[in-house]
Amino acid sequence: MQPILEVQEMSQIYGAGCPACFTSTGAQFNTNICPHCGTVVAMQRVSFDLYPGEILGIMGESGSGKSTLVKCLYFDQIPKSGQAIFWDKDKPQDLFQLNPAQQRWLRNHRFGMVYQNPHSGLNFRVSAGGNIAERLLMSDILNYGVIRDRARTLLSRTEVLPERMDELPSNFSGGMQQRVQIARALATDPPLLFLDEVTTGLDLSVQAKILDLILEIQQQLRVAMIVVTHDLGVIRLLTSRTLVMKYGQVVEIGLTDRVLEDPQHAYTQQLVSSAL
Amino acid sequence: MLQSSLPNIKANLSATDSPENTPTYQFGFLDSFAKKEIRRSLLKAVAIPGYQVPYSSREMPIARGFGTGGLQITLSILGTDDVLKVIDQGSDESVNAVNIRNFIAKTCPGVSLTKHTPEATIVQTRHRIPEFDLKLGQILVLQVPYPDPLVIVEASEAKRKQMHGEGDYARLWVKLYEDMVKFSEITISHRYPTRINGHYVIDPSPIPRFDVPKLHQSPGLHLFGAGREKKIYAVPPFTDAQPLCFEDIPFRVEDFNDRDGKRRPCHRCGSTTSFLDEFLDDQGNCLYQCSDSDYCNTMLMQLQGDNHAANS
Repeated sequence: MQPILEVQEMSQIYGAGCPACFTSTGAQFNTNICPHCGTVVAMQRVSFDLYPGEILGIMGESGSGKSTLVKCLYFDQIPKSGQAIFWDKDKPQDLFQLNPAQQRWLRNHRFGMVYQNPHSGLNFRVSAGGNIAERLLMSDILNYGVIRDRARTLLSRTEVLPERMDELPSNFSGGMQQRVQIARALATDPPLLFLDEVTTGLDLSVQAKILDLILEIQQQLRVAMIVVTHDLGVIRLLTSRTLVMKYGQVVEIGLTDRVLEDPQHAYTQQLVSSAL
Repeated sequence: MLQSSLPNIKANLSATDSPENTPTYQFGFLDSFAKKEIRRSLLKAVAIPGYQVPYSSREMPIARGFGTGGLQITLSILGTDDVLKVIDQGSDESVNAVNIRNFIAKTCPGVSLTKHTPEATIVQTRHRIPEFDLKLGQILVLQVPYPDPLVIVEASEAKRKQMHGEGDYARLWVKLYEDMVKFSEITISHRYPTRINGHYVIDPSPIPRFDVPKLHQSPGLHLFGAGREKKIYAVPPFTDAQPLCFEDIPFRVEDFNDRDGKRRPCHRCGSTTSFLDEFLDDQGNCLYQCSDSDYCNTMLMQLQGDNHAANS
């Protein structure tokens, strides 16, 4: 089967960097700060494949490089080294070799992102409908009637009352803001969706609804997703495969059931046992 | 030391004050290097329609924000064979126009001045495009306060430049979308964002919507100068200029209709096709009159001529 995304040896550092950075940081050194030059190694030679319609979980404690990973793939950051190939309808696109206009095109037409904080993903100065309109306008849909209809459909699918589409997102509750964000991410029917800690900070009943919504979208639209979370419940419910990160390194990757029931790496064992 | 130097300064001052010693300005006030730089920027602006070319806006004897951008362009392209017209809000007689005209008359001896648009080779204007259509060879110089239409949605100039480069104007459309949602109408009355030659979106200076379609495929050359923001851009002759709008909502200009949907005429010349100013007379009656004074006078003279011919 053709993967939709192939990530190879992707690394990201914050700081000057030195030749010893990668050999003196990571899980076995229990640090992501290089002792020689003080550089933060946020992500170290991460490789994985993602298949169409699959949900891949990325698990790990805070500071392990989970968010850096999705931010690099969504072009919010430029990784230091590595390669990521996105298969756009059987046409390979080498993400980090594209020019900024091509990157923006992919981001607007093919990717969707839901951030932990709605303030990062939504423009709070324009209405909920306007936020969805922005995505549609970015992908060159310039018909007002079409935009209104599409925004209404998306908001009802994500269970935001369409009557409230012309209100500012600041009038909404946290869960509703998150649903507007998901509607916005889905506006252009992207084949690939990034979810960065989408349920963190929401109360349990709202969390359950959002997770239901994500599963429903995945089943209906066959969207491939990368779900970043430190919540084992979310991993268990949503994902089919899981990648465990610690100090910027991938320490374990496998089927979610296997990772949770029979963790191989000491860190994963600790993570799973502390949650259960 | 200080005391002894004072009388010398005084002596120098009185020497330069006397009429025979008054230094004469270089033709066009600006030095030739400044003119050369502005002309080079203008060539670049014409070559890349709608692109904002940065230039080192010089100090002028009027404050920035009072038309220094337009003035510098006019002074750089003006020659003794040119015929110049200066208008402000359509009028030849308002303060800004009169002062700039006087300044140019003083610093550019030999340049002919006119108030009649079809006679002019260069028209410097603020807030209006004249009613008479420009002809091939005529140059319209517009004074611009804010050159960048993206400034309302993006504060960082570095990011704006990238957005212009990539033709990324979705956020301007979001503004139009929000207007439609709130008011069922796009509420931008002037400085309407206009896409030039299918790529760059410009701020066409504070001309009313009424004037925006005049930019499209016009035979005249339009030069825009923002003195305070140090930018020059251009709409060359026969270039596409499309105001941003949705596919299903056509761009609308001011219609000047009364309550019955009838187009108000100019109370002076009777024109029903010009841009009208609304004002109150001494009795408190609302009057509508052409904003372009030259056009209004010409129409009035034609009308009187016709009446005269009919009477005789």
